[in-house]
Amino acid sequence: MSHAGSGFGPFESDRRMSDLLQVRDLHVTFVTPDRTVHAVNGVSFDVKRGETLGILGESGSGKSVTLRSILRLHPEHRTRWSGSIRMEGDEVLDMGARALGDLRGRRVAMIFQEPATAFDPVFTIGHQIAETIRQHTGKSETEAWKRARELLEMVRIPSPAQRLKAYPHEMSGGMRQRAMIALALSCNPSLLLADEPTTALDATVQIQVLLLIRELQREFDLGVIFVTHDIGVAVEVSDRIGVMYAGKIVELASVEQMVDAPQHPYSRGLLASTVHDGMRGQRLEAIPGAPPDLAEVPTGCSFAARCKFVRPDCTTGPPDLRATSDSHLVRCVLAEAAA
Amino acid sequence: MASAVPKVKLSGPMLQVDGLTRYFDVSPPLLNRVLEGKGRLYVRAVDGVSFAINEGETFSLVGESGCGKSTVARLLIRLIRPDRGSMVLDGDPVDEPHGITVNELRRQVQMVFQDSYASLNPRLTIAETLAFAPKAHGLPAAEARERVRDLLSKVGLEPDTYAERYPHELSGGQRQRVNIARALALRPRLVILDEAVSALDKSVEAQVLNMLVDLKTELSLTYLFISHDLNVVQYLSDRVLVMYLGKIVELGPVEAIYGDPQHPYTRALLSARPSMDPRKRTKEAPIQGDPPNPIDPPSGCRFRTRCPFAEDVCAKVEPLLADTGRQEVACHMRVAGSGHSKATAA
Repeated sequence: MSHAGSGFGPFESDRRMSDLLQVRDLHVTFVTPDRTVHAVNGVSFDVKRGETLGILGESGSGKSVTLRSILRLHPEHRTRWSGSIRMEGDEVLDMGARALGDLRGRRVAMIFQEPATAFDPVFTIGHQIAETIRQHTGKSETEAWKRARELLEMVRIPSPAQRLKAYPHEMSGGMRQRAMIALALSCNPSLLLADEPTTALDATVQIQVLLLIRELQREFDLGVIFVTHDIGVAVEVSDRIGVMYAGKIVELASVEQMVDAPQHPYSRGLLASTVHDGMRGQRLEAIPGAPPDLAEVPTGCSFAARCKFVRPDCTTGPPDLRATSDSHLVRCVLAEAAA
Repeated sequence: MASAVPKVKLSGPMLQVDGLTRYFDVSPPLLNRVLEGKGRLYVRAVDGVSFAINEGETFSLVGESGCGKSTVARLLIRLIRPDRGSMVLDGDPVDEPHGITVNELRRQVQMVFQDSYASLNPRLTIAETLAFAPKAHGLPAAEARERVRDLLSKVGLEPDTYAERYPHELSGGQRQRVNIARALALRPRLVILDEAVSALDKSVEAQVLNMLVDLKTELSLTYLFISHDLNVVQYLSDRVLVMYLGKIVELGPVEAIYGDPQHPYTRALLSARPSMDPRKRTKEAPIQGDPPNPIDPPSGCRFRTRCPFAEDVCAKVEPLLADTGRQEVACHMRVAGSGHSKATAA
């Protein structure tokens, strides 16, 4: 399959050189009459073409909110944004309805944890993929169905011609997730957002889907942001990993740096508390306590209350993201000493 | 408390299960069956499963969704009744005329579920929830109050702070601690943990796992641990049972199952675990496809449709559990003279 027809126009080569996506100082706050939640508190990162950024975090860390912000999927009237999200140079937070529709349908694609709810149960898989293709590329009905069939082949769904006629409930979980990947890639997006796409799958199926995503990413030179709570999954797919805590990226590094030498006390705690081979009989190094309530904007380091290395200056102001080496950023007052 | 009556200790396993079987009827309505000329349909959730759990061990059940591991748990505590099979607790048959009643069984065997919120009554305070079973079993109110305080401290929740709270006022980790406390309220001997830590975040999961290890020693408990997380199973277990589509495929000590897995499915399951080393990423998925539908499982060996070594014999003959010395495995390749070309030499 060729990528030439994906339609970036004369700027294609220029755009390929620069970052695909730039997120700068993103803040997302949800406001309801009884409650305010500061879900994302100053997140910045870049994603290049052909690169997978893993975002690792626990529930409530703001990882999914960050991902959904890239498509502005949050309810407009209850969400306050600030900062900047630039997709190939275009500011997502300023986009009007038409540009946003184009962004969501064609330029950026997203896959979700539960493919059963992402598909409409009353239409066949083929119908839903072909409709998307026609809507965003203006292809004819026949061409769109032909393309849908190619897509199912590409994600290795056996007997694709028959599967086009299947309804979502007639497919297994792994098949549905493959079909959703086919739908996501149907309009040649340049960025793929993956929100825990393998969490609901069985172990033997999960690894198949992870390998498929890795392979398609290489084949189509996609930028991928892969959100997960599972360190093993992040290690399998990512080039770089960002660890999120309380709405902030606390550490951003290459996957090797993150696994070999995590520097933020939270990243270290997370790796140490994850059970893996050879830990039998040892006591697990659990992080005490629980993440903070995000109703307040934190004044100091959000992790200070659970951190065993806490110092007086941890609570005076929020620590900056410091570079401790090339491509390794850490948001911790202790990180300077390590540099 | 009934457990105050001393029991004659018998040698032998604490819990012995034989030929446990449960099919669920998923037939379409009669009219559709007649019109389409089809018979009844059954999900063969648990199909002739036998095993024994010894006093003081952590026995784990692993497998993918639909393999029947949660159905086994529900059968053991009689939340559902088996179609066939027997269960013996400390030498006493369960739910049989000359054996112990289901009520007595549930005093000795308790269960913790995955969803910590759905497991608690939202209209009862934590203290009311924890005192419920002891009171129902005849403990006076004052003693029940004492029991509640004791249980809360055991699971690491300060009684003065948490006793009067409602479930929605607790975090997921705290709620799961309450569920564990409730399971311990009747001083059971066997606790079934059905994906009890699976919904927790990793940092909280580690806290709860440490607590489970401590409680087991402190209260001389036996655990039946059910999980899809093979790393956690390896960490906790003494013995492991691997299930696939309602059948046991392999059973043995944790060292044998993880160190020298014999069944192709066990091997696939273990090598499907994501790598923790970016230099040793998985190159190829160990097996392809999804587990088949348990409504109409493959004939013979149920794993044969995904097994790279399947031969004719696998479709014709169902492999029985055979002892290989360290573990038991249900695979024709491990039985001399089974007719499989890779069968171990006699």
